[in-house]
Amino acid sequence: MSLTLTSEERAMLAGEAGEAKALAMRIVAETARLMGAEKLIPVVSSHIDGALYHGDSGTLFAEKLVELGAKVAVPTTLNVGGLDLACGAKVRLPPHQHDMAHRLMIAYEAMGCEPSWTCAPYQAGHRPALGSDVAWGESNAVAFCNSVLGARTNRYGDFLDIACAVAARAPFYGLHKPENRRATFALDCSGLSAELRGSDVFWPVIGTLYGQEAGTAVGVVTGLQGFATEDRLKAFGAAAASAGAVGLFHILGVTPEAPDMKTVTGGAENIPSSPVTPERLARARGGLSTTQSGAIDAVAIGSPHCSAEELREVLQRLEGRKIAKPFYACTGRHALLALTQPERQALIDAGVTLVADTCIVVTPMLAEIAGVLATNSGKFAHYAPGNTGYAVRYASMAECVEAAVSGQLPQQGGAWV
Amino acid sequence: MRAEPLFPDLTATIEGPVLALTAPLSFWGGVDPATGRIIQVRHPQCGMTIGGTVLALPGTIGSSSSSAVLLELIRLNIAPAALLLAAPDAILLIGCVVGREMGWKPPPAFRLGETDQARLPAGRISIAADGDIRIR
Repeated sequence: MSLTLTSEERAMLAGEAGEAKALAMRIVAETARLMGAEKLIPVVSSHIDGALYHGDSGTLFAEKLVELGAKVAVPTTLNVGGLDLACGAKVRLPPHQHDMAHRLMIAYEAMGCEPSWTCAPYQAGHRPALGSDVAWGESNAVAFCNSVLGARTNRYGDFLDIACAVAARAPFYGLHKPENRRATFALDCSGLSAELRGSDVFWPVIGTLYGQEAGTAVGVVTGLQGFATEDRLKAFGAAAASAGAVGLFHILGVTPEAPDMKTVTGGAENIPSSPVTPERLARARGGLSTTQSGAIDAVAIGSPHCSAEELREVLQRLEGRKIAKPFYACTGRHALLALTQPERQALIDAGVTLVADTCIVVTPMLAEIAGVLATNSGKFAHYAPGNTGYAVRYASMAECVEAAVSGQLPQQGGAWV
Repeated sequence: MRAEPLFPDLTATIEGPVLALTAPLSFWGGVDPATGRIIQVRHPQCGMTIGGTVLALPGTIGSSSSSAVLLELIRLNIAPAALLLAAPDAILLIGCVVGREMGWKPPPAFRLGETDQARLPAGRISIAADGDIRIR
């Protein structure tokens, strides 16, 4: 099976549409060959993860594209960058890295990408239609796009995402093919208490468990109908995609490709199903914390970026109190604009550090101490120890807010016991 | 043992010490792009450095920025000498593809199944462009 290109694609490859399109097409076609794709398909939108600074190489590549005249050919949003250009939260990058991170963000904007700067583009108005083919990067955005919106994308790595956006093509393999989107295993949550399933703090944990079980497979979670909200699905997908190579999940009766077992399995009968027991859940939850310390040094929420509703929840739970420990609420411009000015001011007055365009695990923001970070995000819990040096305690939003006020996490209980 | 060439270096036989990971790894959040050290605290090989090794990966997970971390390792000449992937992984391979476009020296990549990965010797091996693996 070898890759066949259309005459238009061959012309692009030959440079007839300019050097930038030729470079983009070389990258897309080479990836297609490596992944065993037979053809390329048109894509209708892209979400770009490549504008985050990891080193000078990314900046040099983006500036090469700009120099060649690259422009995105489909509507394209940007994931987080390395700097907070909207709120000005302080990033501790040395001058050279700071400059290169900024140049990288400018280069992607110069290619015509929307300056959305968020890992939750689907809450900033970028919602491709059910069944449409798109090329998205950022693991949580990919999971949400496939699973909750029902649009079709693979997990496009940095550089392939922009190449697809410039060429308006993607390799036809993986999750673009309907037969690869069917569930091959099930996790059954129906034995868990309704209180637990209806708690926000449950969703990153079941997401983590799903990710560990799934690896690269596609599964369906049953027994959650009536408990899901968009922010819970967002938290599930982010945790699942951190713990496994998850690009797509189904939740029976909730996500659009899982109205019933027959549809979600493509008619396959008796796919293996295992019950999610409190013990399995406790193991997954335990793995999200790397310390049992009750004393914490900082709190971070917002991976994926907080919605306006989540920011309002912080405000409600603070009940007018001021925080004692650094509290980072990572969010996007879309959510900040959805808040009223008094709401934004109240968060700032309480001592909350609003972080937009970026977040605390992708760029150095936390104080340089060997501290303990409390978070309600499965994704922050996964990546913070490696990327920030902080130990983490996974806790609910309510517990995180209390910890920020008192410096101490309350004894955990609630729905878990 | 023979690996299937995915992204071979047709000009050279690659040699290096085997580092066979025993759990899947996300390069972003898992490998420090400035040093090539594994920093994911939950990973069994945390603390080891992947630069210059023949890196056997039973699976890649997590972030789509792993390609960017690999590209940075390539630019700094601290990438693995070769990648042995249990299955072709678009995210890592794109780091190699872009590294070549930038005129740097990306590691060759081969497919080697998980069972064969577990049989790799502990010492130095070489891999030819056709995927032929020999103990050195």
